[in-house]
Amino acid sequence: MPLERADIENIAHLARLELDEADVASYARHLSDILAFVEQLDAADTADTSPMAHPLDAVQRLRPDEVSEPDRREHFQAIAPAVEDGLYLVPKVIE
Amino acid sequence: MQIASATLAELAAALRARELSSDELTRAYLGRIEQHDPRLNSFVTVTGEQALAQASAADAILGRGEGGPLTGIPLAHKDIFCTDGVLTTCGSRMLANFTAPYDATAVANLQAAGTVLLGKTNMDEFAMGSSNETSHFGAVRNPWDTERVPGGSSGGSAAAVAAGLVAAATGTDTGGSIRQPAALCGITGLKPTYGRVSRYGMIAFASSLDQGGVLTRSAEDAALLLGAMAGFDPRDSTSVDTPVPDYAATLGDDLAGLRIGLPREYFGDGVDAGVGAAIEAALAELRALGAETVEISLPNSHLAVPTYYVIAPAECSANLARFDGVRYGHRCDAPHDLEDLYKRSRSEGFGPEVKRRIMIGTYALSAGYYDAYYLKAQRVRRLIGDDFRRAFEQVDVIAGPTAPTTAFRLGERVDDPITMYLSDIFTIAANLAGLPGVSLPAGFADGLPVGLQLIGDHFAEARLLNVGHRFQQATDWHRKVPQAYA
Repeated sequence: MPLERADIENIAHLARLELDEADVASYARHLSDILAFVEQLDAADTADTSPMAHPLDAVQRLRPDEVSEPDRREHFQAIAPAVEDGLYLVPKVIE
Repeated sequence: MQIASATLAELAAALRARELSSDELTRAYLGRIEQHDPRLNSFVTVTGEQALAQASAADAILGRGEGGPLTGIPLAHKDIFCTDGVLTTCGSRMLANFTAPYDATAVANLQAAGTVLLGKTNMDEFAMGSSNETSHFGAVRNPWDTERVPGGSSGGSAAAVAAGLVAAATGTDTGGSIRQPAALCGITGLKPTYGRVSRYGMIAFASSLDQGGVLTRSAEDAALLLGAMAGFDPRDSTSVDTPVPDYAATLGDDLAGLRIGLPREYFGDGVDAGVGAAIEAALAELRALGAETVEISLPNSHLAVPTYYVIAPAECSANLARFDGVRYGHRCDAPHDLEDLYKRSRSEGFGPEVKRRIMIGTYALSAGYYDAYYLKAQRVRRLIGDDFRRAFEQVDVIAGPTAPTTAFRLGERVDDPITMYLSDIFTIAANLAGLPGVSLPAGFADGLPVGLQLIGDHFAEARLLNVGHRFQQATDWHRKVPQAYA
């Protein structure tokens, strides 16, 4: 099912991407081609097959709820674009 | 000693015998990088000063008669592995300013084994590509023909090893990104079993598929490096707690009675004639070594690439959501609100292939489409895994061409994503099933390298490396270096 301009704009918004006007048509074309390509999966009979999320069907390992890591905030914030008092700064969110 | 074609094993012996110092070896590689890399563009960052300091420390250890097999060995890391205090770009503008604040476990393990860091290798952006043409830092060239691609996404690592700019390099493989460039560049590339090597500090693309591994001159070298890199890591919740075998100990095992499965789906019309001929000759060598080949079928093979192109983009859309301009990486200038911060930082930071995959993934996971795309793909994934499980009841390893063609020209497939995706037609299934795979140099077609792929059962790396080693004792494809770099 080919994607239209409106679909691309909606998907881009969900992914928090901003596409150049000039590029929207080619993204629509490429994405539609990829979706058409993956449609081959519809033909596979998977009625009795459970989804495989992990190749060895592993589950999340648990550990005791005890603090095991040191506080390295200052070290990690050294590469941040904008910080103040240990907080990351972003443009005003609430009007 | 010809360092361009020297194996790690040979270099390690020379270092231990003090015929060569780590300092001399490191300087020799730095010299070769300076001379040849402007043409190949295989390195993003060269850590010259750090390398010499590490080499000096290694020489002190070796001088005391101490150290292990990897002490003083220079190597390079794909720029997807976090290296403490060193730029880690993932081939992207998004991380062009990112100095990693910690070491990936794989990096720390290799450092603890005494290796010397020469630098970080170029790669397709966020590991998304099969030609190393999507890197923000420019395309990498294949040393065998610099108008052609080295393969991807670990193209920088592959080109650097093939040209003898480094004896070995790490890589990552999500759909073939170690094996395919190894094949196109005429070197050995190993993708371990999912969970064998820790993913902590390895920038995530598709978390159920990604695996760190190595690109080397030989299977013996891969065995040495894997032994140091592999192992349980509590910091990676998908790391498997199973002992690491001594891969070197079984390299020389006899191949008599080895059953090699040849999937009929890997030997059809889709393979170039020259590639097919080289593979047939390689299989004849393996039979001469005592192996027996058996035709098998992996009936869902044709679904591997479409399955991957639902699952990998879906997982990448989630993994790349963290790049938002807030805590690290690229931030746009003067954002006027939070949405603008996110949208412009991400759009400026990511290239078109990354954006394409994020969008496909977002679509496949979105309300109303999740079951039809993502869940469906996960079910087909199990069908593919089951094909291999049945095959391994009959055979010990599975063999075939790593790639359907030799290296294609730069620019040839960039505007045709699906043709590009089909470069990985033989490698992708192993990632979906979590199986280990190795590509071995197996000859040439029209002067360009051809790779033989071996796929093993879960945690059968020792067997794959054994077959590779015995093949490399009987052939010398792995010693070839392109004329211009010899």
